Amino acid sequence: MNVLEVKNLTKQFGGLTATNDITMTVEKNSITAVIGPNGAGKTTFFNMITAVYKPTSGDILLNGHSLVGLKPHEVSKFGITRTFQNIRLFNEQTVIDNVLIGMHQHLKAHWVGTLLRLPSIRLEEEKAKVQAYKILKYVGLEDYVNENAGNLAYGAQRRLEIARAIAARPKVLLLDEPAAGMNPKETKKLTDLIHDMRTRLDVTIVLIEHDMKLVMEISDYIYVLDHGELIAQGKPDEIRNNQRVIEAYLGKVAAEND
Amino acid sequence: MLQHIIQLLPQVLVDGITLGFVYAVVAIGYTMVYGILELINFAHGDIFMTGAFIGSGFLFLFISLGLMSSLPALLVFLIVIILSAMITGGMGVAIERVAYRPLRKRNAPKLIALITSIGISFILEDLVRFIAEWKTGNYIVTAPSLFNHTFTIDIHSIMPFFNNAKFQSSFIVVLVVTIIMLIGLDLFVNKTKWGMAMRAVAQDRETASLMTINVNRVISVTFFVGSALGGATGVLFMLQYGTIDPYIGFILGIKAFTAAVLGGIGNIRGAMFGGLMLGLIEMFAAANLSTLTGGLFGSEYKDVFAFIILILVLIFKPEGLFGKATIEKV
Repeated sequence: MNVLEVKNLTKQFGGLTATNDITMTVEKNSITAVIGPNGAGKTTFFNMITAVYKPTSGDILLNGHSLVGLKPHEVSKFGITRTFQNIRLFNEQTVIDNVLIGMHQHLKAHWVGTLLRLPSIRLEEEKAKVQAYKILKYVGLEDYVNENAGNLAYGAQRRLEIARAIAARPKVLLLDEPAAGMNPKETKKLTDLIHDMRTRLDVTIVLIEHDMKLVMEISDYIYVLDHGELIAQGKPDEIRNNQRVIEAYLGKVAAEND
Repeated sequence: MLQHIIQLLPQVLVDGITLGFVYAVVAIGYTMVYGILELINFAHGDIFMTGAFIGSGFLFLFISLGLMSSLPALLVFLIVIILSAMITGGMGVAIERVAYRPLRKRNAPKLIALITSIGISFILEDLVRFIAEWKTGNYIVTAPSLFNHTFTIDIHSIMPFFNNAKFQSSFIVVLVVTIIMLIGLDLFVNKTKWGMAMRAVAQDRETASLMTINVNRVISVTFFVGSALGGATGVLFMLQYGTIDPYIGFILGIKAFTAAVLGGIGNIRGAMFGGLMLGLIEMFAAANLSTLTGGLFGSEYKDVFAFIILILVLIFKPEGLFGKATIEKV
């Protein structure tokens, strides 16, 4: 069953075509990778799915419902959350508050109760915090609960972004270069985490990544973009040996000499 | 000279704290909106003024209905302040919808929104003046008093180097209510989901919206809370000082804004502290300037004194006392 369908998606900025006529389907509970050289239009593609950009033409369907024309907060309520290529945490807030902000739509608004510190409301606050703590423990950040997010080490910040994104209980999780800047050990931990999230959280994962080892190891299916065009798609083994993909990455001449 | 200053200290504290808490609550309205929109909402001072007039309007209404004698003063006060806060809160939301949101949608420069807020400020002043003159024949209104019992703190008999301090019962009301409002706001911002969303939007609007937060709603909530607090403070001001006119919001607004800058604009606790500090400095200056300068400057120079302190603080700490130095993003 397809959870996410993208149909003929095109985005033009003035005369520049960032993505052109992209069609893809993402199966439920799969791990799908979108790869391509820098400037291929991958992040633009993510920005259209999350409604940060409005597509020039084409359609995006989540479980059969079109997302085009919705606002970013509506799309995320529908069940798509993401992490960012250049980390965008709420740096001046604590680690746990970042996760609680991710849980926004699941929290209840008790204005009066909170101000009066009613016991029942306090219990509810505690519950939300316990939930947030569990998520932090799951990604391995339980030691930094009350640290300011901006003070975390780089790898930890990446994991906190994931924690914040899964706190919203998404159906589809978009990871934009989750392994960027990580050392091999951190990347290994991340790979395990992504595998585990898929089975344990019943979430569909779409990721943009440059680390080919990670992509080949983890993905069920791969889409390759180059200059805004979809140039190839298939299982990792098919992509590995695809002539057009090798050309896109290495340049045509180099590929022929190889 | 020092002896004279010490003698007056209890009264300076009483007056300074009253005024300081008024500044503090109004300053919060400036700082919250600035934190979230980077807009100096000059209309906020006039929301405060409108609150004072709405409150006195309710009191006159209660008198004409003959309710004042049958209901206890405290109950009348609670009804009036809550109703006034709700109305000014709603006004804040409406102003944001009609005047600021369309500008935001079109990505207008922030300067345009600033000019708009000055325009709104004039509209409110003239509207209130028109209604006040129409109803009472004069735009300067003397509000009915609710709490005018005078107390004296007999501190002189315990510590003879102090003079006694006098205050009205409204002082206690102002103190209690503003403290409740400040604590309530602090809880709201730090504990509730909309408070947390507010902080998230203030830091990074786009990311917040990708975390299911409805940014427009957060902005509406911010305006509601800030304006309701401002309006309620207007009611307190009316009760404490008695006479109001449509222009009280201007000067007080500037000072509250100053307090917000002093505390570090965008920082809520900073605004509380800045307000309190400004109130105390101002009252200290009012009581002692003439002594300090040997009669050269009278108490009417208190604002100059307060602003000199402000300028000194900002020279050494331009981001304000609690503000974070901002790093320009390139």
